[in-house]
Amino acid sequence: MKAEKGLTKERVIHQKKSISRGRVNINDVTISFGSGANKNIAVETTTLDIPPGEFVCILGPSGCGKSTLLNSVAGYIKPASGQVLLDEKEVTQPGPDRGMVFQQHSLFPWKTVHENIAFGPKIAGHSQKECDSIANTFLSMIGLQGMAGKLPGELSGGMQQRVGIARALANYPSVLLMDEPFGALDAQTRLIMQESLLNIWSEFGTTVLFITHDVDEAIFLADRILIMSAGPGSIIADLNVELPRPRHSDIATSEEFVDLKRKCLSHIRKESLKAFECSTNH
Amino acid sequence: MNVRALEKCTDDRPDEVENILLPEEQNFTVENHDSTKSSTEDTLELKSDGVDHSVGSTKKTLKPPVLEKVFALYKKTDSLFIGVLSISVGLVLWHLATIYSFNFYINFQNIPTPLSVGSAFITQLADTEFYIHILVSLKRILVAYSIAVFLGVGTGLVIGRSRMMRAAVLPYIEIIRPIPAVAWIPLAILMWPTEESSIVYITFLGALFPIILSTVHGVEQTPEVLVRAALSLGAKRSKVFLHVVLPAALPSIASGLAIGMGVSWFSLLAGEVISGQYGIGYFTWNAYSLINYPDIVVGMLVIGALGSLSTFLVRLIMRPSLRWTLPRN
Ligand SMILES: Nc1ncnc2c1ncn2[C@@H]1O[C@H](COP(=O)(O)OP(=O)(O)O)[C@@H](O)[C@H]1O
Ligand SMILES: [Mg+2]
Repeated sequence: MKAEKGLTKERVIHQKKSISRGRVNINDVTISFGSGANKNIAVETTTLDIPPGEFVCILGPSGCGKSTLLNSVAGYIKPASGQVLLDEKEVTQPGPDRGMVFQQHSLFPWKTVHENIAFGPKIAGHSQKECDSIANTFLSMIGLQGMAGKLPGELSGGMQQRVGIARALANYPSVLLMDEPFGALDAQTRLIMQESLLNIWSEFGTTVLFITHDVDEAIFLADRILIMSAGPGSIIADLNVELPRPRHSDIATSEEFVDLKRKCLSHIRKESLKAFECSTNH
Repeated sequence: MNVRALEKCTDDRPDEVENILLPEEQNFTVENHDSTKSSTEDTLELKSDGVDHSVGSTKKTLKPPVLEKVFALYKKTDSLFIGVLSISVGLVLWHLATIYSFNFYINFQNIPTPLSVGSAFITQLADTEFYIHILVSLKRILVAYSIAVFLGVGTGLVIGRSRMMRAAVLPYIEIIRPIPAVAWIPLAILMWPTEESSIVYITFLGALFPIILSTVHGVEQTPEVLVRAALSLGAKRSKVFLHVVLPAALPSIASGLAIGMGVSWFSLLAGEVISGQYGIGYFTWNAYSLINYPDIVVGMLVIGALGSLSTFLVRLIMRPSLRWTLPRN
């Protein structure tokens, strides 16, 4: 998971900063919405231990509670019971130590690309000069130096997501939380984005919690896949992905990849069949 | 702050737009991990753009170039042309109706002709008192509108973000808002020490409500995902307000400001007609009392022009801060 090529000084700093932090613990977390007769349990007593620097994909169909679980780590939602810990400290509110990347339309449309990326450092109290230099570093990392002065509305969907990733990383968070960040992109762009995400991650080594409902995406990206199923939302499988890194998209035809995919699909199929039988019995 | 954020979370689902989930088996056969197709989406976009242009130009060159130019010029000017034509037709109809004393339900017998209105206008332009009327009205608008902007936007932002404040303030708004400016006049005269201040008060009230309501609306429609993004980037409540809620509400605030300007003229005129010794509304009403009919229409047209002009100014001032909402390519 570390960068293979020569490490620049900066890269080493990233790694040192990040590798020792970013442990996420989810302890007996239950999350529900509404109350009384309308009570809906979105996540049922879930426990997870995610070590620093791990790339974890949470895979599951729409509505199974993936976003809800991620939002509790982000601090947007309080669990009904249980605790979310980041490096042994309980999560009680959103904060810059957990960078968030949303599916789409999450850049501030009135701020330029540069201002969007510099937002976190600016809030953190860095001087304008520092903010500019951080923003420039990240702009070149995502290959959008030429777009610095553009507004988000002038960018393609893929570019916007790259800026979203850069904006989250500009705070040097210990965890990157990504909620179907490529879900709204076309298949072609999605592949490019997946590869570039892995490149970026290899430099930063932050813990990543990545939500997707695309099996290929999960296998291609992850060290570990958590398969989630609905009714009520819970983790039904925890698979390790042993594919070597760095990964390229042609890995999708390798035997290991296909094996893993078969495994994932059979877990998902079992669950959907159960759900299907449930719904027909009613 | 987080209590609010959490409250919002429970009734607002910004990420609800989910892709429809295909059976995963289908994904498998269709997806094709081919790294050689590395052309980025940017170049793809440029290409498709270029295609569009070439298609357009080949179509156009089928026409002779001179005709082409005339056509383009016509296209540019035709709405102006139609506008002028339409106004001219209106003036001619007005003229005909007055000189033939049209009287069928609507009575044009005492209505001044367009020409007499024009000459009355030119006469007024030479009279300093006419300018005093205009300036007095403008001053009232400026004072009343400024206070309304300040209080209206402030109140709107507060009740847009705080449930308690909204519950406390909204009943007042609902009760007072439907009361027309004219109905306020007697009470305003009783309440305020001078006639001037009561007119300004009425004008202020007219502008206030549209501004409050559009500010509230703007604040309410702030995308929750942007608030969350800001919170995750380390922003606290006041920063979220400044960097997210306020700019997100600006388009709606801007339209409230423009509407408020229109309504403030409306209210001003009501106030001026009934009391005061100066002001363009007083001028108009006074012309009626003096049986100086052309001046009535002069006053009306000046009011219309000033109303349009000031609304246009408000739009112009707001435009730079709304650059991001404009469509672009
Ligand atoms: N704010 C909310 N209020 C009420 N119900 C919610 C809310 N957010 C999510 N839910 C419910 O929780 C379940 C899981 O939703 P979600 O976490 O968004 O699923 P996913 O991200 O996997 O598609 C769904 O049944 C959804 O209706
Ligand atoms: Mg979701």
